[in-house]
Amino acid sequence: MTASPNQRAWKRLCKNRPAMVSALFLALIVVAACLVPVVSPHDAMHGSDAQFSPPGWQHWFGTDVHGRDLFTRVFAGTRVSLLVGAVGAAVSLVIGVCWGMVAGYVGGRLDGLMMRIVDVLYALPSIVFVIVLITTLEGLVKRWLGTVAPGFVPMARMLFLFVGLGAVSWLTMARIVRGQVLALRSRPFVLASQSLGAGHVRILFRHILPNVVGIVIVYLTLTVPAIILYESFLSYLGLGIQPPAASLGTLLAEGASQINPIRVLWWLIACPGLVLGLTLLALNFLGDGLRDAFDPRAD
Amino acid sequence: MRYFLRRLAFLVPLVWVIVTLAFFLVRVAPGGPFDRERKPASPAVERALAEKYHLDESLGSQYLRFLGLKWETGADGRWHRAPGGLLVGDLGLSLKYRNHTVTDIIRQGLPASLTLGLLAFGFAMGFGIPIGFSTAVRRGSWGDWIGSLLALVVICVPGFVLGPVLILVFGLQLGWFPVGLWGAPLQAVLPMAALGLFFGGRVARLMREGMTQSLQSEYIRTARAKGASELRVLLRHAFPTAVMPVVSYSGPMLADLLTGSFVVENIFQIPGIGVFMVNSSLSRDYTMVVGLVLLYAILLLVLNLLVDLAYGLLDPRVRYE
Repeated sequence: MTASPNQRAWKRLCKNRPAMVSALFLALIVVAACLVPVVSPHDAMHGSDAQFSPPGWQHWFGTDVHGRDLFTRVFAGTRVSLLVGAVGAAVSLVIGVCWGMVAGYVGGRLDGLMMRIVDVLYALPSIVFVIVLITTLEGLVKRWLGTVAPGFVPMARMLFLFVGLGAVSWLTMARIVRGQVLALRSRPFVLASQSLGAGHVRILFRHILPNVVGIVIVYLTLTVPAIILYESFLSYLGLGIQPPAASLGTLLAEGASQINPIRVLWWLIACPGLVLGLTLLALNFLGDGLRDAFDPRAD
Repeated sequence: MRYFLRRLAFLVPLVWVIVTLAFFLVRVAPGGPFDRERKPASPAVERALAEKYHLDESLGSQYLRFLGLKWETGADGRWHRAPGGLLVGDLGLSLKYRNHTVTDIIRQGLPASLTLGLLAFGFAMGFGIPIGFSTAVRRGSWGDWIGSLLALVVICVPGFVLGPVLILVFGLQLGWFPVGLWGAPLQAVLPMAALGLFFGGRVARLMREGMTQSLQSEYIRTARAKGASELRVLLRHAFPTAVMPVVSYSGPMLADLLTGSFVVENIFQIPGIGVFMVNSSLSRDYTMVVGLVLLYAILLLVLNLLVDLAYGLLDPRVRYE
C-alpha cells in the first residue's frame, strides 16, 4: 500500500458504520439547531396560554410551564449546548496542546514543574474551581463591559461558561500531548530537522504538531460531550445559561423539577433528554471510531 | 519501597500547595460570605462580623492565622500564638453555619457520603467489569453491541435526570424502593444506582478496552498454545492486565464518590457533604471551601498512591526504581 497513514485511517473510518451514521446524525442536528429556531412558527422565548399541552400536531414536543413550544426550545437549546461544547473544547484544546507541547519538548526541570502544576490542578475539585472562576471573571468583565458596551452584558455569561469550562478540561489533553511529544522528540526526523538548522518553533509546529493531531482530534471529540454534560450540571445549579434563554441542560433541569406523582409530564424530560442523549452518543461513537481509525497498531 | 516512601513524603508539600491555592482562590473571588444574610446588615454589624472572623486583617495575616503560625499580643499583653490553625487540625468556624466548626460539619456529613460512595463504587464495579469483560470476549456479536450501547447510554445521562427518572419508575410507579431519606438499607438502593451507573459505564468502557488489547497480546497465544482451558486463559492470563486501566481510574473515581455528589444527595435528601461542596463555594464560605478541598485533595492523592502500589502488585512488568 502506498497510501499515507492518514489516508488509511480515513478509509478505516469510512468503513466504520456506527461512526459514519453518527457523523451524519450530528450534521443533521447541527442543521436543525441552526434552522428550527428561525423557521418555526412559534417563538422560543415568549409564552402562550397552552400550558403543558402534550405533544401533538400543533406542538411536536408539547409545551412547557409557560406554554412555550418545546420543539423550538429544544433546538434553540441544542444550539447553545453545541456552541458551549465546541468553544469550551477549543479553549481546552489550545491551552492543553500548548502546555503539553512545551512541557514535552523542553523537558527537564520545566517539564517537571509544568506537570506538577497539572497534578495540583487535578487535585483541586473542579466544581470549586469552575464556580470561583466564573464568578471572578463575571465580576471583572461585567465592570469592563458596562463601561465599554452595556448591551453585551447578558452575552457575557456565555463567555464565562466557554472560558471556565475550557479552563478546567485541558488537564488530560496536556498530559496526553506531553506524552506524545516526549516520544516524538527523540525520533530521527526531529534530529534531522535540528541538524538542518530549523528553529524550535518550526520544529514544534511543522514537525511535531502534525504527528499529534490524530490523537488530539480523538480526544477532542470526547471532550465536547464531557463539556456539554458539565454545562448542563452548571445550569442545573443555576450557574449556566440564564432564563429565558435555554440550553439542553436547563430544559432538562426544568423538566426534572416538574416530576411529581400526580401528573407525569414525560415530554418535558424525554424530548430534551433524547436529543441530548443521542447527540452525546453520536459524539462518543464518532470519537471511538476516530480513535480506532487512527490507532497506529491497526495497520 | 523507597519509591513509595519518597512519594509519601512528597504528599505533604503537595497538599500544602493545593490548600494554599484554594485559600487564596476563594478570597480573590468577588462577594463575601455575609452577602446573603436575610437582612442587609448595618455597617456596624458587618464590621463586627468581619472582625470576629478576622476578615478585616490583611490576606497574609489571615493566611498565617489559618495555618496556625500567627503570633500576636494577647489580652494579657503577652506575645503568644493565635489559637487554632491547620497545624493543630483546626479549620475554624464555618462562616455560614456559625455555631459549627468546619471539622464538625465534615464529621457529621462524612459517614453518609462515605457509605453512599462505597456502595456506588461497588455498584459501578459490579456493573462495569462484567459488562466490559463479556463484551470484549464476544467482540462483534449482538451481545457486544447491546452491552457497549448500554455502557455508553449511562455515561450520557446526567445524574439530575437519572435520579428523578429512577424515583418515578422504581419509587412511585412500581413502589419497590422508598424515594428519599437515609438510614434503612432499602433507602440506599436508588441513590446508589443513580450515583454508580455513570461510573459503571466508564468502568465498562475501560474494561472492554483493556480486555480487547490484552486478548491480542502474545502471552495469550502462548497460554492457549500450551493448552490452558479457555476459562483459565481469560481469567488467569488476560484479566489481570486487562483490569489495569480500571484500577488506575478507580483512584480518582473513589475520591469523587467519597466526597459526595451534590446532585444525588440533593435529590434523595441525603445528609452528606456533597451538598456543602457546591453550596459553600457559592456562598463564599471560605473556611468550609478550604476544609473540603483539603479533604478531597488528601483522599485523591492517597488513593492515587494506593493505585500505584496496586499496579506494582498486579502487573509484574511494572517496576519502580
